[in-house]
Amino acid sequence: MPLLEAHGIKKSFARLTALNGVDLTVAENEFHGLIGPNGSGKSTLMKCVAGAEIPTEGTIRFAGRDITAVPPAERARAGLSLKFQITSVLPALTVYDNMLLALQAQNPLSNLIFSRTRGPLHERVLHTLDQFRLADRAGDPAAEISHGQQQWLEIAMALAPEPRLLLLDEPTAGMSLQERRLTGELLIPFKRRCSLVIVEHDLDFIRDICDVLTVLDQGNVLESGTVAHVQNSHKVQEVYLTRV
Amino acid sequence: MADSAVSQAYRSVPRPRRIPVIPIVELALLLILSVLPLILEDYLTIFVTRVLILALLALSFDLVWGYAGILSFGQALFFGSAGYSTALLARDLGITSIFIVLPASLVIGLFVSLALGGFLLLGRHPPTTIFVALGTLTGSYAADRLARGWYYLGGQNGIPAIPAMTAGSYAVVEGPVFYYLAFATLVLVYLLCRFLVRSQFGLALAGMREQKARIAFFGYRVQQLKAMVFSLAGAIAGLAGGLYAFHEGFVGPNMPGVVFSTQIVLYALFGGVGTLIGAVIGVIAVEIVSFWLADNYQQVWPIILGLLLLLIILFRPTGLIGLVVSERERVGTFGRPPRTLPRIAQEGGEEDQHAAP
Repeated sequence: MPLLEAHGIKKSFARLTALNGVDLTVAENEFHGLIGPNGSGKSTLMKCVAGAEIPTEGTIRFAGRDITAVPPAERARAGLSLKFQITSVLPALTVYDNMLLALQAQNPLSNLIFSRTRGPLHERVLHTLDQFRLADRAGDPAAEISHGQQQWLEIAMALAPEPRLLLLDEPTAGMSLQERRLTGELLIPFKRRCSLVIVEHDLDFIRDICDVLTVLDQGNVLESGTVAHVQNSHKVQEVYLTRV
Repeated sequence: MADSAVSQAYRSVPRPRRIPVIPIVELALLLILSVLPLILEDYLTIFVTRVLILALLALSFDLVWGYAGILSFGQALFFGSAGYSTALLARDLGITSIFIVLPASLVIGLFVSLALGGFLLLGRHPPTTIFVALGTLTGSYAADRLARGWYYLGGQNGIPAIPAMTAGSYAVVEGPVFYYLAFATLVLVYLLCRFLVRSQFGLALAGMREQKARIAFFGYRVQQLKAMVFSLAGAIAGLAGGLYAFHEGFVGPNMPGVVFSTQIVLYALFGGVGTLIGAVIGVIAVEIVSFWLADNYQQVWPIILGLLLLLIILFRPTGLIGLVVSERERVGTFGRPPRTLPRIAQEGGEEDQHAAP
């Protein structure tokens, strides 16, 4: 059974149709890339899966459960995690506290009130920050680290609760070539632990880390399949040659 | 779990020390307030007792706005509801025991705020700040009208001559004894709030205040968190209302009303929200300045006070406490003390070769 099954997703904003009956299937431990020209509906599809938007039509099943109208917090508790396109770390909090905030999110309230997991989570916070090369900035406010580091922090925060499915919306936006390469290296080890849906404009990056690609165009699925299949698709080549 | 190399390296780094200002201000205020009745005349002790009770109310507003991001114009509603209820307990049932009336006022504040908070905050869709502000304002206004129009509650005249609060056979009357009761209550409630806002729960509140939409995607049930803080603040406001009713010996329709609700908002903003101590300082400062101005400029003092409030709120949005407390200290930290440490050595002792992004 696939981990995520989105079927016939339609989403309209007033007169604008952002998604027009999109299907998306993601298997366990699959790294799935979503590509397409600007305005093709990639981010809207991610938001529908994460719960930031409710589809106008269609159903989304996650781990066998219909989550189409489930609020974001409950989706997160079921194992879905999202990194937004726009960096949204908490700027006034330290890098350490940002990570702790993400790690403690699903603790019972009594644990939070009596700070029962502050000590036990300390090692995990530092370990995760170190994995993402942020341990040396642990004490700095998140506003003071660079854009690339903020992106890494957000990815680390999204991965912290050990989700079953991670949704990354343009994680390398604004990064240098070296940073993009490093981001790919940072993500690869998580392939054994979770599935990934990633929206990205950098085709080299996405080709390097993804198993399956889905190409969207004007709210429809243009092509879906293995990287090699999509690369050889005439329809995809046409869209990318004429509109990107 | 055994400490990792990362953790050990993290601890071993020499860290810059900053002198925290908030604990110094808290301690100074605690010392001053603990000896005041010994040096003040009785009428001034009574005045400061009233200020301490209002500080409780401002503290409740600081919790909801400064920490949970709920703009409540309804704190006086919980304050007034508890004040009226305890006044009725004393007037109609003769119940004046401190061990009943104060817990009762707390419970009444809690239940009224739970009811209003449930309605305003736990709907299908997350409410906007302005919706909650108007909802609480409306609640406060409705309570004011109800108190004015209901004969049983004394109408415009309120409930006068409330019997004194008692502890066994001892009457807790205004003066040093009531002062220390109010002072002890304020200290206890303050410590409770401080414990809460510096806990991991406080970190969740800080996250909610900064990025409400974001933290839901981590799994936080934002509206439930808000309703919890709103109810707790309602309980504190209720406790303040019970104390106020017995201290003044009178409750009137202004007590749950809009004017009083707004006044508390201004007090807290004047002192500075989001630090707890700022709200307490705000009440003390405004009340002392009003007292002094009313004595010396009998005709124009409200205008001077209004201008002063306006100037502070316009030019110092962080309030009086913002003059001495940095934004970084105000936000604070929640995990182990965060410090800057050099890049931790990678496996094999190799320093990180990657440039920072």
